[in-house]
Amino acid sequence: MGIDIKFPIGLMFTILGLLLTIFGLITSGDSVLYSRSLGVNINLWSGCGMLVFGLIMLYFAWMSKKAKPS
Amino acid sequence: MVETGFVLSWIDYTIMIVYFVFVLGIGWALKRYMKDANAFLEAGRSMPAWVAGLAFISTNLGALEVMGMTGSGAKYGMLTTHFYWVGAIPAMVFLALFMMPFYYGSKARSVPEYLKLRFDEKTRGLNAILFAVMTILASGISMYALAILMEKVLGWNFHLSLVLSAAIVLGYTYLGGLSSAIYNEVLQFFIIVIGLLPIVILSLQDLGGWSGMKDQLAPIVTAKGFAADTWTTTWKYTGSATTNPLGVEWYGIAAGLGFVLSFGYWCTNFLIVQRAMSAKSSTAARNTPLIGALPKMFIPFLIIVPGIAALVLLNKPGSGFSLPEISPGHYNYDYTIIALLKQYLPAGVLGLGITALLASFMSGMAGNVSAFNTVWTYDIYQSYIRPITKDKAADDKHYLFVGRMATIFGVIVSIAAAYLASLFGNIMDFLQTIFSMINAPLFAVIFLGMFWKRTTGHAAFTGLLAGFTIALLHHGLTVPEGAATLVKGGWITNLHTYPVEMAQNFWTAIFAFSTSAIVTVVLSLLTKQKKTDEDLKGLVYILTPKVVETNVPWYQRSSTLAILVLTIGTILTIMFW
Repeated sequence: MGIDIKFPIGLMFTILGLLLTIFGLITSGDSVLYSRSLGVNINLWSGCGMLVFGLIMLYFAWMSKKAKPS
Repeated sequence: MVETGFVLSWIDYTIMIVYFVFVLGIGWALKRYMKDANAFLEAGRSMPAWVAGLAFISTNLGALEVMGMTGSGAKYGMLTTHFYWVGAIPAMVFLALFMMPFYYGSKARSVPEYLKLRFDEKTRGLNAILFAVMTILASGISMYALAILMEKVLGWNFHLSLVLSAAIVLGYTYLGGLSSAIYNEVLQFFIIVIGLLPIVILSLQDLGGWSGMKDQLAPIVTAKGFAADTWTTTWKYTGSATTNPLGVEWYGIAAGLGFVLSFGYWCTNFLIVQRAMSAKSSTAARNTPLIGALPKMFIPFLIIVPGIAALVLLNKPGSGFSLPEISPGHYNYDYTIIALLKQYLPAGVLGLGITALLASFMSGMAGNVSAFNTVWTYDIYQSYIRPITKDKAADDKHYLFVGRMATIFGVIVSIAAAYLASLFGNIMDFLQTIFSMINAPLFAVIFLGMFWKRTTGHAAFTGLLAGFTIALLHHGLTVPEGAATLVKGGWITNLHTYPVEMAQNFWTAIFAFSTSAIVTVVLSLLTKQKKTDEDLKGLVYILTPKVVETNVPWYQRSSTLAILVLTIGTILTIMFW
């Protein structure tokens, strides 16, 4: 109804992904922060994953908009 | 008492805020499409199958479910997957192939309305009123649980948390109705998968992968008196109730969980079925449960596996992992997921994990409220208080207004129910037990109604009441071992003691279903069928033209999807036998 949900999903995960990726880059090498996550920079990894997912969703949202202009 | 609190940093709060901005933003964007009751309460029957399908399982992936099932992962291991595989997949496939054509094709707007079309007014009335009361109380229970969690874990004020979460839920359901609830369930589905994935990966890495975890489980499980691989298998030790921690034999699992409980829940609970009824076409409506079933089968790896890891950590000296204790040696397993978040996630992904839990609490409430306002508006208000008039335009406006008011009313009553729960915890336990008794008889009646045209209205109504009464009696006459309060059963007298509460629940449902089915069949034969074959067209299997799927590409056909779902389900079952 009304809106294509792929667009808000894509946009939100792109924003959250960017946020976590940048936070992960800033805090990289912070062994105190990442002692919990077994030394893995989990923010950077999750951030990148979310960014990719968000962009894929946005791509699909854009494709269906092109196929069916309202 | 183990400290369960967290300290969140600015990054965690930022993530939370971004999420809630989107949640409310979706409601806001949908506001201008809410022109009549149909758009508000039924999402205008416009949802694509994948959206309805993800919302379909997301409704069931509430926070209480996630917390409870991770705890069950620790308590019962992979046996918990019975709730996801045998206890959901066959029912979802059955709903899709055999029941959705009638729910969707009959143009009923709710499950109670289907009962009205198929049987009579009194059967609808009974179901509608029970359902309305039940959903609103369920929404209150989850609101209460959310506020408690925020108080204990985040240190927020209980009352403020309650009012704030209610305000957010009210905000987006008032603005965008069912569409808003469904879209947010889809958003919640993705955030919960992405938010919990780091825990799965990190906990397994910590314990040396699946096989490392298995090795460390063996001594813990044998100390409990079970075979070493009990926690990593599903059916292997169900030959006897004493060799597995569930305390139920294979036939109890297959009949109780796999048939009565799961078919009762997935095929007749309007909260769930409503998602499929919002689909844009009858093909999409049939595909909704099937598309939902695909991710459903893999959710155990997301929430049960970390629970098993938690059991290992709990028994591993120096892991630093602990759970709050109810009494010495008895852990409160409901906190398993919270403790895991705390164990493994640093600031950043921690905010994501907490947001995922809050999101699932709120979408659980929104789901209940959006099912409540539909049943209230169509099945109670429109049927008994103000029927449809000749002026369609005025009606559209009026019922939209009533739907919106029901949304506000629903949220307010939920808050009241949440306070009631905070005063009398036991009463809420008892109510939840009662709710679980409603579905099994309802499934018996709907099933007979759909597949046997002789089933009559009087029989259905009596069958529902009889099934419910037997469920109450069974609960009143049996006790699970070690039950401390009468809420758990045996409030009449104790005739039989079950090894665990789960076994008692299964058998309550089996008795309720059988009684309801027998009463309905016998009375149908004794009473006169008032509906003609013409009346029942589209409502009963034999009187409805078969679904033909020739104009749909083969990969979008329900039959193809059903075969895919059943094949993957079978493979998973064999892999973890």
